[in-house]
Amino acid sequence: MPPVTETIDHVRSVTEQKYKYGFVTDIETDTVPKGLNEGIVRFISAKKGEPEWMLEWRLRAFRLWQTLEEPSWAKIGYPEIDYQDAYYYSAPKQASDRPQSLDEVDPKLLETYEKLGIPLREQEVLAGVAVDAVFDSVSVATTFKGKLEEQGIIFCSMSEAIREHPELVRKYLGSVVPYSDNYFATLNSAVFTDGSFVYVPKGVRCPMELSTYFRINAAQTGQFERTLIIAEPGSYVSYLEGCTAPMRDENQLHAAVVELIAMDDAEIKYSTVQNWYPGDEDGKGGIYNFVTKRGACRGRNSKISWTQVETGSAVTWKYPSCILQGDNSVGEFYSIAITNNFQQADTGTKMIHIGKNTRSTIVSKGISAGRSDNTYRGLVRVQPKAENARNYTQCDSLLVGDQCGAHTVPYVECRNRTGKIEHEATTSRISDDQLFYCTQRGMSAEEAVSLIVNGFCREVLQELPMEFAVEAQKLVGISLEGSVG
Amino acid sequence: MSASRSITLPYADRFAEIETSLPGGGAGWLSTLRRESISRFNETGLPSPKVEAWKYTNLNALAQLDLRPAGAEHAGMSVAVTEVPRIDGAHRLVFVNGRFRSDLSGIEGLPPGVELTTFAAAADSRADFLQAHLGQVAQTNGHAVVNLNTAFMGDGYVLTVPEGVEIEAPVHVVSAFVPGTDGAALAYHPRNLVVAGPGSRVTIIETHLSLVSDSPYWANPVGEISIGRDAEVRHIKIQEESLAASHLAFTRAHIEAGGHFDSFVMTVGAQLSRNEIQVILDGENGTCRLNGVYLLRGRQHADTTTWIDHAKPHCDSDEVYKGVLDDRAHGVFQGKITVRRDAQKTNGNQLNRTVLLSEKAEIDTKPELEIYADDVKCSHGATAGELDENSMFYMRSRGIPQKEARTLLIRSFVEETLEEVAQAEARTYMERKLETWLQKLHREGDAQ
Repeated sequence: MPPVTETIDHVRSVTEQKYKYGFVTDIETDTVPKGLNEGIVRFISAKKGEPEWMLEWRLRAFRLWQTLEEPSWAKIGYPEIDYQDAYYYSAPKQASDRPQSLDEVDPKLLETYEKLGIPLREQEVLAGVAVDAVFDSVSVATTFKGKLEEQGIIFCSMSEAIREHPELVRKYLGSVVPYSDNYFATLNSAVFTDGSFVYVPKGVRCPMELSTYFRINAAQTGQFERTLIIAEPGSYVSYLEGCTAPMRDENQLHAAVVELIAMDDAEIKYSTVQNWYPGDEDGKGGIYNFVTKRGACRGRNSKISWTQVETGSAVTWKYPSCILQGDNSVGEFYSIAITNNFQQADTGTKMIHIGKNTRSTIVSKGISAGRSDNTYRGLVRVQPKAENARNYTQCDSLLVGDQCGAHTVPYVECRNRTGKIEHEATTSRISDDQLFYCTQRGMSAEEAVSLIVNGFCREVLQELPMEFAVEAQKLVGISLEGSVG
Repeated sequence: MSASRSITLPYADRFAEIETSLPGGGAGWLSTLRRESISRFNETGLPSPKVEAWKYTNLNALAQLDLRPAGAEHAGMSVAVTEVPRIDGAHRLVFVNGRFRSDLSGIEGLPPGVELTTFAAAADSRADFLQAHLGQVAQTNGHAVVNLNTAFMGDGYVLTVPEGVEIEAPVHVVSAFVPGTDGAALAYHPRNLVVAGPGSRVTIIETHLSLVSDSPYWANPVGEISIGRDAEVRHIKIQEESLAASHLAFTRAHIEAGGHFDSFVMTVGAQLSRNEIQVILDGENGTCRLNGVYLLRGRQHADTTTWIDHAKPHCDSDEVYKGVLDDRAHGVFQGKITVRRDAQKTNGNQLNRTVLLSEKAEIDTKPELEIYADDVKCSHGATAGELDENSMFYMRSRGIPQKEARTLLIRSFVEETLEEVAQAEARTYMERKLETWLQKLHREGDAQ
């Protein structure tokens, strides 16, 4: 049998593999009734003990949201979302009595993390990663806090930040993604429950990678995370975000907002591994992931780098962007998006060049298999005052099987002649020659495909921080097992 | 917040008053087609920039012109033969304000079986043929501008090439504007139809221009090209309308197995223009090449929108569009390649390159791939920016003045694509247009 046929057979067999991380932890949750109204917004705000201005902001967002229409331009299709048929708040029981150390954390939670392969204790010792673990909407464990505090770095949950550092939150929240930004960001602004807050003071280089594992647990709970990272002049921070979710039949809505702000000479590196439940092989269930991520390079010589590995979710709608305001600022976007079965991903980036000598790089690798659709959608805009702006974009698509789709929709808008923009895109499949070459040297078809696809993604994988690289490669491997080889 | 998706075009209301004067005479199938089209148009109006396909091209200014349909009374303007551009040896059809002018035209020695007539004539003498073919290729009910054309179509060329016949001399079609005595802003909607039988070959050259420069008008041609098995159609278009003109053109080609469509578009004219080409490769081993150049200055706006639809396996498409933008010119390129599920072994390549010469010039480009088959090789590329500074330095270091170096670089940049045009006379004609454009640039150019 020629390797290709074998491959396809193998694809089929492994595709049917069950979601490895599908299990449910049973923890009592503090949940409000289904539905969305001003009362719920007030409830969330009160529950978190928020100041008046925060509630006002939420309500403004909510009132606006009621007048907005859900966007339909993306190349994704899903049954109409009934926003009244979801829970908007759920928190682990001990919300009021937060644990001070890992020992105080619910052992059941720790067990969950262990199943996910992130034993906190080991991480604490071995990897030196401070984990702000979000278990349904409320942070329950934050490690290494003391160490960070020594340097003046604030790394805490958003709720805590609103209470402890209201002046910072008030100054920066919504300054990159205003509450009126888009349908999903507006919804998030009204009902966000928690998320991470990072503040790195002037001249400080964050000594460790900051990491949050998100996890959706309670059935039918929409997750509305809000993350805000501020890097003061001359500082550096690398932030890791990763998530896995248990198996569910009902579609779950996720509408997160991430805002990054980099001042003069500051650098923020934001890495994501997204492996939420993608639905079963018939396209049933799975997470709806509508994310607004945007970074503002406010200062001179600032840099924001997005790296993402997107393998999960039934629907992904996500465009991590950079607003390059400061002169000489740099934006980067490295992405791997893998879709299989009935998954749909519409993802990409926006690079808005405003300052002089701004540079941006986009490398996007899309791999589609099964009956999935994978779309790269991106915008590069050079504003009239952005002298000597430079962009390089490369988006490559790989198709596995003849029932999937790979699409590329880049927008390039150049309003300054000194701008230099290059865009390249290719679409192909794994060639028989490549496969033959590998198998002829004794590799199995599966190994060969894995090798080739790893090579295809290499440019992105190598951008990931060490802590993530292993997990990401594993993830690509798993997704490939199930889809490619 | 939500701006309207449509722009009202008052001109559309004139349909009732002129309906009976259009070919087909307000009765029969043609009239039914027109009425259906105008009612479809009235449902949508002209698309506003809120409509994705028109994101970068705003038709508001066009809709606000006090447009009149060009009628028979506008066709008889005095025009000397010498004023009309000429391609030596070509069969010549000249349209003035959208109507055929036999006194300026000359068709001689067409191979037997070839039918070359006008739309108005075909509506009478070849009604069955027209009924069978019209709208077969351009079935774009959702396209407002095509609907408007179908409602108002006044004249155009209708060409049938029978099986195995090659027309050696090119067919040259000139569409000229001459302002009427009433000074009204005229609108005309030519409708062209080409049916190339199996194994046939033909080259068509279209020139769109104005014989007077300052009167606003709107040319809205729609062309349908049906390319039979192993047939080959070359379509060269030179759009040199006046700077007061609006030009919205739509061409759609249907290619059967082994057929080849070769399109070249040079855009140097019109204040507002859009050249939209759709190609469907609907048989195995079909090929198509879409090339073009746009040279813009002042406040010109030129939109190139293409869609290549690979519907069957083993087809190749190639596309290169290049542009040079000066002053406040605005270039738009939207190129889409679709590869349908069955279209395995497809090769599709697309490239858009634009050089910006001034600070206020703008290019918006959107190369799009939509792919549903796995065994394909598709790519697109886009670049925008200044002339290459290394090349410039190389020439300057050899004593070539800045202005000349710039002209040389632009010429070579454009010439590279022009060389693709196989028809020598048309290529020479376009090279002259390029030279004129460069001379003006050279004269006005203050090279920093």
